[in-house]
Amino acid sequence: MNEIKEMFSFEHVKLDVLWQSTVETLTMTGIATLFSFVFGIILGIILFQSSKSKTKASKPVYGVTSFVVNLFRAIPFIILIILLIPFTKALMGTMMGVWGAMPALIIGSSPFYARLVEIALKEVDKGVIEAAESMGATQWEIIRKVLLPEALPALISGITVTAIMLVGSTAIAGVIGAGGLGSLAYMVGFTRSQPDVTLVATIVILIIVFVIQILGDTIARAVDKR
Amino acid sequence: MIDIKNVNKIFKTKSKAVTAVDDVSLNIHKGEIFGIIGYSGAGKSTLIRLLNGLETLSSGDIVIGDDTINKLSKKDLRKKRQKVSMIFQHFNLLWSRTVYENIRLPLEIAGVSKKEMDRKVTELIRLVGLTGREHNYPSELSGGQKQRVGIARALSNDPEVLLCDEATSALDPQTTDEVLDLLVKIRQELGLTIVMITHEMQVIRKICDRAAVMEDGKVIEVAPIIELFQNPKSSVTKRFVQDELDDEDINVQIKTIKESFPNSTVLKLGFVGTKANRPVVSQVIKEYDLDINVLSGNIKQTNDESYGHLYIATEVDSEKLDEIIDKFESEKVSVEVVK
Repeated sequence: MNEIKEMFSFEHVKLDVLWQSTVETLTMTGIATLFSFVFGIILGIILFQSSKSKTKASKPVYGVTSFVVNLFRAIPFIILIILLIPFTKALMGTMMGVWGAMPALIIGSSPFYARLVEIALKEVDKGVIEAAESMGATQWEIIRKVLLPEALPALISGITVTAIMLVGSTAIAGVIGAGGLGSLAYMVGFTRSQPDVTLVATIVILIIVFVIQILGDTIARAVDKR
Repeated sequence: MIDIKNVNKIFKTKSKAVTAVDDVSLNIHKGEIFGIIGYSGAGKSTLIRLLNGLETLSSGDIVIGDDTINKLSKKDLRKKRQKVSMIFQHFNLLWSRTVYENIRLPLEIAGVSKKEMDRKVTELIRLVGLTGREHNYPSELSGGQKQRVGIARALSNDPEVLLCDEATSALDPQTTDEVLDLLVKIRQELGLTIVMITHEMQVIRKICDRAAVMEDGKVIEVAPIIELFQNPKSSVTKRFVQDELDDEDINVQIKTIKESFPNSTVLKLGFVGTKANRPVVSQVIKEYDLDINVLSGNIKQTNDESYGHLYIATEVDSEKLDEIIDKFESEKVSVEVVK
C-alpha cells in the first residue's frame, strides 16, 4: 500500500532529468527510424525485385538477402546488443549512451521494415506496373515513379509500426546504458526504489507512442488518394 | 504496318507446356482498326502482348514498321514501346497521380522537356474531352473518364500503333460507345493503326475495318467485318454473329405464325451493304401482289456499311416462291426459307 502511495507522490521526479531522458529517447528513435527507413526501403526493393525477376542471378540474391533479413529479425534485441558490442565499439568508439545504442537499434529494425516494404510493394497493382512497362519505362523508373509512390501509404504505415517498435527497443537499450526514458525507469526508478519515476517515464513513453501513431495515420491518410 | 509471321507462344510450367498462340500469321495495314475477337482463353491477350514485347514469343517474327520486335535489344524495345502504346481493360492509372500527371508519365519516361510536356498534356486533355478535370485523381472519375485518361496517356508520345486490351469490357454500353467514338476520332485525326482485342462482337462491328477470330491460340478466320457478318465460316464466328444479332425469340414467333397460318412460308431475307438502303421488299410486294407479315427485322451499322435481316411470312405457292427468291437474289438479297 505504501509503495503504491509512493508511486503517485511524484516526489522524486526531477523535470530536468525527465526532459533530458525524453530528448535522448526521441533522438534514438528518430535517428534509428530515419536509417531504418533508408535501409529498409533499399533491402525491401532488393527483396521485391529479386523475388519477381526471372533471371538466373536473382534467385541467389533473393536467397541471401532473405536469409540475412530473417536472421537479424530472429535474434532477440537484448542479445543483438550484446553480440554487436565489438562492432559498436569499433564503429562508434563506445557502446554507451545514445550513440552506442544506434547500431543495434538500426540493425535490429531495418530488416523488420524491409519485410514491410516488400509486402507494400507486392500490393501495388500489377496492371499499373505493366502499364509503365508498356510505356518503355526502365526498372529504375518503375521503382521511382510507380512502385514507391503507389505503395506510399503502406510504406508510411510500416515506418510508423517500426518507429513504435523502436521506442520499445530504446527502452531495452536503456537498461544496459543507452540513456533515455527506459534507462530512467530502470536505473533511477527501479534500482533506487523510486517507483514514481518509473511511472512518469512510462507515461512519457506512452505519449510518444500515441503521437507517433496519430502522426503516422494522419500522413498515411493524407497521401492516400484511392 | 504490322506483320505477324508464324508466331508461336508456349508457356512452360513444370508439369506441362501450354500453347497460348499457335502459328498465327496476320498482316495489319497502316491506319486500320483491326479487331481480334475470341472467347476468354483463346490467346488474344497473349497475342497483343507479343506486339509490344510484354511477352516474348517462342518462335516466329513480329515486324512493326521497320523493326522486328522480337529481335530488338532491351533498350531499343523500350524506345519502340513509346511508339506502340497500349490501353487496358482496367485502365491501370496511377491512383497517386492526378489526371494531368498520369498523362505526363510517358513523357517523363521519354525525357521530354518540361515546356513540351505541358503543351502536349494540355493538348491531349482537350482531345479526349477532359478539360477541367486535370487536377482530379482517378478515384474521382467515372469508368469512361478513366479510360479517356488511359487513351490520352497512350497517345502522349505520338504512337504509330495503339493496342487496346479489352478497352471497353469494364464499361457500360453507353460509355463503351463514347470510348469507341473517341477511338474512331483519334484514328481519323492522328492516322494511327489500332489493334483491339475483345470478346464483344458489337465493339468489332462498330469500329473495326477487319477482324480476326481466335480459338485455342489459332486465328481461324480473318475478314472485313461485313464479310464476317454476311458469311461467317467457322462455328465460333457464327456464334459471335448470332449473339450479336440476338434473335432467339424469333424461333418462338415463327412457331406461333405457323400454327395460326399453316399455309404461310416464312422467309429470312439477308441484307448486306448498300442494298439495305433500297426499297427491294416493297418492289417485290408490288410486282407479285403479295400479302406479307413482318415478323422481325434487324439492321445494324458497321463503321461504313449496314447489314441485317428481315423475317417475313407470306402465302405463296412453290412456283411463285422460286420466282420471288430469284428476284430477291438478283437484287443481292439472300433468301432462306425457314422450316
